[in-house]
Amino acid sequence: MSVLINKDTKVICQGFTGKQGTFHSEQAIAYGTKMVGGVTPGKGGQTHLDLPVFNTVRDAFNATQADATVIYVPAAFCKDSIIEAAESGIKLIVCITEGIPTFDMLEAKIAVEMSGARLIGPNCPGIITPDECKIGIMPGPMHMAGKVGVVSRSGTLTYECVKQTSDLNYGQSTCIGIGGDPIPGTNFIDALALFEADPETKAILMVGEIGGTAEEEAAEFIQSHVTKPVVSYIAGVTAPKGKRMGHAGAIIAGGKGTAADKFAALEKVGVFTVRSPAELGKGVQQATGW
Amino acid sequence: MNLHEYQAKALFRAYGIPVPNGKVAFSADEAIEATQSLNGDKVIVKAQVHAGGRGKAGGVKIVGSAAEAGEVARAMLGTHLVTFQTDANGQPINRVLVEETCDIANELYLGVVLDRSLRRVVIMASTEGGVEIETVAEETPEKILKVTLNPMTGVMPYQCRELAFGLGLKGDQIKQFTKLLIGLGQLVIEKDIALVEVNPLVITGSGDLLCLDGKINIDSNALYRHPDLVEMRDKSQEDERENRAADWDLNYVALDGEIGCMVNGAGLAMATMDIIQLSGGKPANFLDVGGGATKERVAEALKIILSDDKVKGILVNIFGGIVRCDLIAEGIIAAVAEVNISVPIVVRLEGTKATEGTAILNASDLNLIAAQDLGEAAAKIVAAVGEAK
Repeated sequence: MSVLINKDTKVICQGFTGKQGTFHSEQAIAYGTKMVGGVTPGKGGQTHLDLPVFNTVRDAFNATQADATVIYVPAAFCKDSIIEAAESGIKLIVCITEGIPTFDMLEAKIAVEMSGARLIGPNCPGIITPDECKIGIMPGPMHMAGKVGVVSRSGTLTYECVKQTSDLNYGQSTCIGIGGDPIPGTNFIDALALFEADPETKAILMVGEIGGTAEEEAAEFIQSHVTKPVVSYIAGVTAPKGKRMGHAGAIIAGGKGTAADKFAALEKVGVFTVRSPAELGKGVQQATGW
Repeated sequence: MNLHEYQAKALFRAYGIPVPNGKVAFSADEAIEATQSLNGDKVIVKAQVHAGGRGKAGGVKIVGSAAEAGEVARAMLGTHLVTFQTDANGQPINRVLVEETCDIANELYLGVVLDRSLRRVVIMASTEGGVEIETVAEETPEKILKVTLNPMTGVMPYQCRELAFGLGLKGDQIKQFTKLLIGLGQLVIEKDIALVEVNPLVITGSGDLLCLDGKINIDSNALYRHPDLVEMRDKSQEDERENRAADWDLNYVALDGEIGCMVNGAGLAMATMDIIQLSGGKPANFLDVGGGATKERVAEALKIILSDDKVKGILVNIFGGIVRCDLIAEGIIAAVAEVNISVPIVVRLEGTKATEGTAILNASDLNLIAAQDLGEAAAKIVAAVGEAK
């Protein structure tokens, strides 16, 4: 078992024949992901990486019955690509692209909700169930099938979580990168609910950062809905106010969204927090007694 | 991206939102001309900088003649304005806004911003205008009225009426407020505005609404579709090193400490700053080299870090995903060849091609300190900087 994706998940790629789409599809195939095709408008009927190329997502979905799609198209076209995926019937949409205008995401998110699909990202590394299915740009080899559910707003901090839980031989059930944008398709609460319901996930490692109130909302949800141990780290204790720290969503605005507030909210509901990003794995060890 | 007040007001005007008559002036002569073309006995001369708190800092002056306006402008232009929102150096004044004055009966606050939890645009209004809205939010949150916009419809007239009655507006003011707010809603959506604040929105002596100030922040991700707004950018108001970094697709933010950091990924970059502080040091900057790190960009990143005199050591922390550690290693070597680096550098490479990267660094004659994990890396750079002192 795992969350959202497994060895049977059929995946297509939007922006398939582009540089990013090609490179990461090759990597995904090498990892064992069941890639079944891709979409590049105007190149329908061709073959790429030994897989069929389609003009539209609807054509690809009708022909392959794909369960998931991964989007590697430039930011200016992502709103269109996300909505095309949602309205074609695909149930899981993973958008890697960084730099999508906020109002584009506001509208795309509504379209996704209306269609009943789930969106992960944008501005994220993607999602992986170790040894089964990799959708995104994370390096495969460091992952290990196991029992920690990882959810994070940051890509490379997700990698830290993976390395540290692999080093301790705990492994990961599934890792979800929810992305660093102000309007993410999937938020902490969605991911926590999925991990809570997954029997293979024995503990949850949640990595937040400054900006917004997603971690505070997650804390409230954990109090009433999560029985598994949750370990958390928040990046940005040293970040100055009013400055955007790389991610569009990582900004302390109007005094709100500080790391201190988030640590306090999580600790109040019994989440095991670590102040050092070098102790993510150790935190899991201490919280679970493994 | 932030706009100047006069630029915000030009956009207001274009959307039928009432603002005082005024003109921007880049010189004392232009300020004199501007004053002569305006009405009234007095005009107000306002320094145009990207920072609040201008009035208390001496950046806003009311004058009685064109000659006086010229003098005030001459005194302001070319200087730096230090307010509670700027650093100790302040912001350069290279233009002033000369505006007609008006009688003020009442000051209100108006703001439009994205509410991230609701995922909707929210309009905030308050009778407590002219003061810091954060203070109002903290002390008397009940005095902030809010309406949430339906993305399908935008601002609806009923929402304007709700706010108008809540603010105690009367008669024709309610009509004026509705027109103003519908214009503001259109402006926000059409120009991809992340934040707009009118503080204060005043009721004049004659009972009309007028936006006396205007602050606009634009979603940088959307600038590609607004060439008109890109032209409004005033680089002099931004940090020079941050701009230089941006030209190389690097995300850099200057801080006060002495340990420079070069990291891939925004979250890991913040975490690296945090662990430096936790280990007893102080980070000098945030720097994310991003996903497409090339040799040239890594070299440039190191040069930008070193252009800060306060930097006494550098921590390079790379967790290779898309980024290849061997390319990072080559970049470090290229940078060291170009600039004379005399401070200690601790390098931690992990992930894609980390072994190859470490081998490249070991094969070089460079005086680098290798570290295996994040905790060790932070401890080593803090110790090295401590010894150098």
